[in-house]
Amino acid sequence: MAKVKSLAELKAMREKLQSNLDLREKSNNPDALVQVKVAMATCGIAAGAKQVMEHMMEKADQLKLSVVFTQTGCMGYCHAEPTIEVKVPGKDPIVFGHVDNKRADEILEKYVMNNELVEGIIPVNYEKI
Amino acid sequence: MTKIKTHVLCCGGTGCKASASDEIISTFEKLLKEKGLQDEVQVIRTGCFGFCEKGPIVKMLPDNTFYTQVKPEDVEKIINEHIIKGRKVTDLLYLDPENKQHVADSKHMGFYKKQLRIALRNCGFINPEDIDEYISRGGYEAIAKVLGEMTPQQVIDEITKSGLRGRGGAGFPTGVKWGLCAKNQADQKYVICNADEGDPGAFMDRSIMEGDPNSIIEAMAICGYAIGATKGLVYIRAEYPLAIHRLQVAIAQAREYGLLGDDILGSGFNFDIELRYGAGAFVCGEETALIHSMEGKRGEPTLKPPFPAVSGYMAKPSNVNNVETFANIPIIITKGADWFASIGSEKSKGTKVFALAGQINNVGLIEVPMGTTLRDIIYEIGGGIKGGRKFKAVQTGGPSGGCLTEKHLDTAIDYDSLMAAGSMMGSGGMVVMDDTSCMVAIAKFYLEFTCEESCGKCSPCRIGNKRMLEILNKITEGNGTMDDLQELRNLAAVIKDTALCGLGQTSPNPVLSTLDNFWDEYVEHVVDKKCRAGVCKKLMNYVIDKDKCIGCGKCAKNCPAEAISKTSYIAEGHKLPSMEIDTTKCIKCGACMSGCKFDAISVK
Ligand SMILES: Cc1cc2nc3c(=O)[nH]c(=O)nc-3n(C[C@H](O)[C@H](O)[C@H](O)COP(=O)(O)O)c2cc1C
Ligand code: SF4
Ligand code: SF4
Ligand code: FES
Ligand code: FES
Repeated sequence: MAKVKSLAELKAMREKLQSNLDLREKSNNPDALVQVKVAMATCGIAAGAKQVMEHMMEKADQLKLSVVFTQTGCMGYCHAEPTIEVKVPGKDPIVFGHVDNKRADEILEKYVMNNELVEGIIPVNYEKI
Repeated sequence: MTKIKTHVLCCGGTGCKASASDEIISTFEKLLKEKGLQDEVQVIRTGCFGFCEKGPIVKMLPDNTFYTQVKPEDVEKIINEHIIKGRKVTDLLYLDPENKQHVADSKHMGFYKKQLRIALRNCGFINPEDIDEYISRGGYEAIAKVLGEMTPQQVIDEITKSGLRGRGGAGFPTGVKWGLCAKNQADQKYVICNADEGDPGAFMDRSIMEGDPNSIIEAMAICGYAIGATKGLVYIRAEYPLAIHRLQVAIAQAREYGLLGDDILGSGFNFDIELRYGAGAFVCGEETALIHSMEGKRGEPTLKPPFPAVSGYMAKPSNVNNVETFANIPIIITKGADWFASIGSEKSKGTKVFALAGQINNVGLIEVPMGTTLRDIIYEIGGGIKGGRKFKAVQTGGPSGGCLTEKHLDTAIDYDSLMAAGSMMGSGGMVVMDDTSCMVAIAKFYLEFTCEESCGKCSPCRIGNKRMLEILNKITEGNGTMDDLQELRNLAAVIKDTALCGLGQTSPNPVLSTLDNFWDEYVEHVVDKKCRAGVCKKLMNYVIDKDKCIGCGKCAKNCPAEAISKTSYIAEGHKLPSMEIDTTKCIKCGACMSGCKFDAISVK
């Protein structure tokens, strides 16, 4: 291992290492960040939820958005899988159905970044715990 | 590339290790690999979460799911349900003791809600055996800042301004202490970390060293720069093998990165750390005794002055601080003295770590801002008294401290308020007691500990404490007099004034504070020969309720002492005369009571 020789080097090292702990730092205060929940039950996975989640994580990184991604169980919308729930701080969660890569990008770029509405919203009329 | 979606934090602290956390971790690693999930899920062995009693703990991120009492067999279920299907494994979730509901994540657990983790900031969050994780949380930036931008005097001023006081017991202002040592000129000075932690039941320092060893190393280097020392020594008890291991790993990694050793961060400053092992005598936590023990001499205290800052290890100026004190240093430097001083109470800044124990629902390690009330600690964080019983007292400060009562529940606790209430902050032991505890017996317990641990060098402590213990024994056996109570106070006053070291000077505190706060209970023991908690066996009397007793005579047959005989009283509706116990013959074995089918016998 090379020796760290200055504060600048230490900071550079931290920058490089930080992404490893990113997920942990975010979960320290999830309510202050955008939270995306991906339904990962049997039908969600079959409909490609996993691949969409991967894609969305990459996209969020590219856009330098701080997003907490969690997997949840069945949300009860088997007909519209893959479904994701997006919660922007200070707003009610919104559920999107039939999310593919393209729609995932839209959700991040339009809804999360610019608060524009995107197609595919599923009306939710129950309180989630 | 697949992205990591889940972090599984598995506790690798001493408590959870004892209950199979290693096997849990290896099972996770094995099964994740089998299922092809090893690139999506990262398993991290962390330090203590403070919730050891319900360990082993497994925490899932990012959703903060907090699984308790996890067994290796549960791992497969966690993977299949939680990781693959996103469903929480309900029966492993923490059960709220109040409303008997499972709590989904740690953010909603009463235990964590009122806590503020500064000294424990990395415990249960990073892998303590990986210096990179410490660095990614900003670790070693404090030493870098100090070396690059601050003079030693500025460091001392910053720590003084923060209001940090020693967490090892006495609460001496840390910055002032550093300043005293910095003033003294010498060819060699020492930074000493007191990791002896001898209070019965205490494990705050152990958890910090196990969970975040790098913070101690960084802090000691900062202290070295401030006082002009190049050598650091950690005095740690040999019974802490895991903490020793973690410190050794951290020291080796820090050396490899050049964060310890010569020319740290290219600044020209040299500093290195060695470990010294103690045999675990309570008195060796006292700083002069600790220094003698490190020098290979008998671990006995000597009179101060000279203070270690003038003549310490090898007669060189030395600065002794406690582990938790050090753990606060790096973050004070990076976040600033004003930030730290904004937390806590008027004269006690920052937070304090307590080992919460006793008759309380959530036993564990907690960290709260100074000035938090006992009520918040006991009822919010601690989840209230076990089994819904009645709160009676809380002991703080261990063998040097005292017992507080109901009337102190709303006291904002800090160094000064605890002192004013007749107790002490001490190192952070906090034992909660319900109405099944006898306060005379509690005082006796702590005094027995002190008598065991007294080094015997000075007579007030060696003989005085023994005399006090004899009197307490006499009282709990029912032979005490009111004069004895006065004698306890007299002895206590003499010992406090004349003992050589802190051990002796504070040893009467448990007795004095119970005399003050539970006077009635002492009087009951002495005058009525009664122990209301039913703890002092010799004071208990078995009695038969003459109206409940049907006169079957089973108790008399069971009694080995022939203490039970017939009376001439026949209760209404009964055919036979009831029985009675001759208390002068009774040997208090309890055989009669356990044999009675009519609940007619009780202890009073
Ligand atoms: C009998 C006795 C035992 C002590 N045990 C400890 C101990 O285990 N750990 C500790 O840090 N300080 C202990 N102390 C206090 C130390 O003497 C010293 O004050 C302390 O380490 C200073 O560090 P601080 O200013 O950071 O608190 C003990 C004191 C006495 C009198
Ligand atoms: S007070 Fe007790 S422990 Fe301290 S020096 Fe005297 S005998 Fe030893
Ligand atoms: S407690 Fe034992 S000795 Fe006393 S009366 Fe009952 S059986 Fe007899
Ligand atoms: S299984 Fe996916 S919505 Fe029910
Ligand atoms: S050792 Fe695991 S929670 Fe304390």
